[in-house]
Amino acid sequence: MTTDTDRAVPGEPGGRASAGGVDTGTRPPDPAGAEPPRRWLGDRIGSVEILAALLIILIIFREPIAAALDDPRVQTWTTVFVSIMVQAVPFLVFGVLLSAVIAVFVPRSFWAKALPRHPALAVPAASAAGVVLPGCECGSVPIAGSLIRRGVTPAAALAFLLAAPAVNPIVLTATAVAFPNNPEMVLARGVASLIVAMIMGWLWLRLGRTEWIRMPRRPELDDASRGRAFWAAVRHDVTHAGGFLVLGAMAAASINVLVPERWLQTLADNPWLSILALALLAVLLSLCSEADAFVAASLSQFSLTSRLVFLVVGPMVDLKLISMQAGVFGRRFAFRFAPTTFVVALLVAVGAGAVLL
Amino acid sequence: MNRQAQAVILLLLGGAVIRASVTDLYLRYVKEGLRPFLIAAGLLLVAAAIMTLWYELRPAAPRALAPTGDPGGAPAGGDGAAVDGGVPAGGSVDVPDVGAGGPADGSGAGHDGHGHAHHEPRVGWLLILPVLGLLLVAPPALGSYAAGQAGTALSSQQQSDYPPLPEGDPVQVSVLDYASRALFDRGTSIGDRRVQLTGFIATGPDGQPILARMVLSCCAADGRPVKLGLTGDVPAGLPDDSWVEVTGRYSDRLGRDPVNDAEIPYLEVESWRQVPVPKRPYD
Repeated sequence: MTTDTDRAVPGEPGGRASAGGVDTGTRPPDPAGAEPPRRWLGDRIGSVEILAALLIILIIFREPIAAALDDPRVQTWTTVFVSIMVQAVPFLVFGVLLSAVIAVFVPRSFWAKALPRHPALAVPAASAAGVVLPGCECGSVPIAGSLIRRGVTPAAALAFLLAAPAVNPIVLTATAVAFPNNPEMVLARGVASLIVAMIMGWLWLRLGRTEWIRMPRRPELDDASRGRAFWAAVRHDVTHAGGFLVLGAMAAASINVLVPERWLQTLADNPWLSILALALLAVLLSLCSEADAFVAASLSQFSLTSRLVFLVVGPMVDLKLISMQAGVFGRRFAFRFAPTTFVVALLVAVGAGAVLL
Repeated sequence: MNRQAQAVILLLLGGAVIRASVTDLYLRYVKEGLRPFLIAAGLLLVAAAIMTLWYELRPAAPRALAPTGDPGGAPAGGDGAAVDGGVPAGGSVDVPDVGAGGPADGSGAGHDGHGHAHHEPRVGWLLILPVLGLLLVAPPALGSYAAGQAGTALSSQQQSDYPPLPEGDPVQVSVLDYASRALFDRGTSIGDRRVQLTGFIATGPDGQPILARMVLSCCAADGRPVKLGLTGDVPAGLPDDSWVEVTGRYSDRLGRDPVNDAEIPYLEVESWRQVPVPKRPYD
């Protein structure tokens, strides 16, 4: 399922990891990896052959597969799954491209100059940088990974990761269009999301441990040829982040088909329950941050505050993001970071709703 | 999954995305405006696949000549000439971090052994699924099942001044336009004009057929139905998901969607005919 993130040995004790950077490249070669893995039939059967065989089998059994997909539920599931993937592919590819540029072509010294030296000040700067980058959350995960790899303090990279999908101009415009009668919703969403991103960045500075972030070793990024390193980064990130995106999209499609909207109706009447329900729904549905405002607008039986919670939580914590973060930063990180972000986003959004709405 | 297999998957994914976006297949899943981005992303995926295969298959000769992994040297020089236009050619041989150059290259020479088994993401296999979804299955646009699951989308916007309907008798309007005019403007801007709309048949809460059309704001995951009740010459005997073009007039009857307790406007049908699935299945 994951790469070597789980089996990586901890960073050297008291080593350079404490400087705020994350140990990605200095792992001593582990003895198991030194000898080539045993393969049955020598080197004859590799991934390419398995892939070819799989595709041939699938094409041969195309008819029975199509028949099995005839049930309306399965069909709707497939449509939703494919559409999440089609929608996310451009954002994923452009995010990966940008992250490969950061990983290969932008020198480490650039980030030292561009961001304030003190990590506590770098956090708001990075959150504000998220405002200008129009993208959705699928793209920002590999970008944040590249930033950490290039020596940006994780607190700032994580603040960017949270802010970029939530407060960029496209998302705020979509929110304004979806709530024509409640322009304060745009302000509340932007302010609450920025506050959450900064709180999470500062929380990381106080409580975060760099060893939670286990980024897979990427020897190809130090390749002598930058062209080779660039395309290796693109290839790796698309298959890696894309694979986790598939997992998340499958989960979101299942929720989309299995949870009927009728259930929500009964929750909408209780103000506190409705806030919690929409926060969880935002996590489960895993909508693109550019679209979630329209869905929130259609959930008209819910209060404005609970819909604000939906809009603040969704771009920061959802199934496909948790899946992608676990892949890029490691599971130990994702399983701490996502629940904390959820709680902080929920509280800040309720507070912003009380003040601004 | 080794690099060649990853390249094949990227090629398939890019090809599937390009194929879906040059045909009208993509309109079943996303909005029309995404098309240029889909094509660009597909081309980039294909480029990444080709470059991966290029780098994988090419350096076999230099490495055989220098099996100890000579840092920099012959392979890097060869690649410097091979990189495409987007890369600053002069800098391609320079290693940004000289200290890392030696050991990194050493492990790079060994990656044919352990690199494939441990450092390549196995989760990438899952990317076959969207490829199959697009190339083999190509599921239809959301239909009556999804419409029955979700509440009608017209419940929030309270616009009240609608421009007059365009010329024509019957005048072509979308299900969404008719439903908003019927609901929020109580049909004033429709008057007694004849309207013609296209949608699919779904079964309403009372068992009667209703006319529905899905609205997307981004992709089918956020698709929501707009539902219209039918009176008069109701299309009978059609299975769910049949597409029909109905002609009729405004009706002041209102129903309620049990899913989200929103009002459903009605249409007085004068005539109807079955039509093929439109190119743009969503409003």
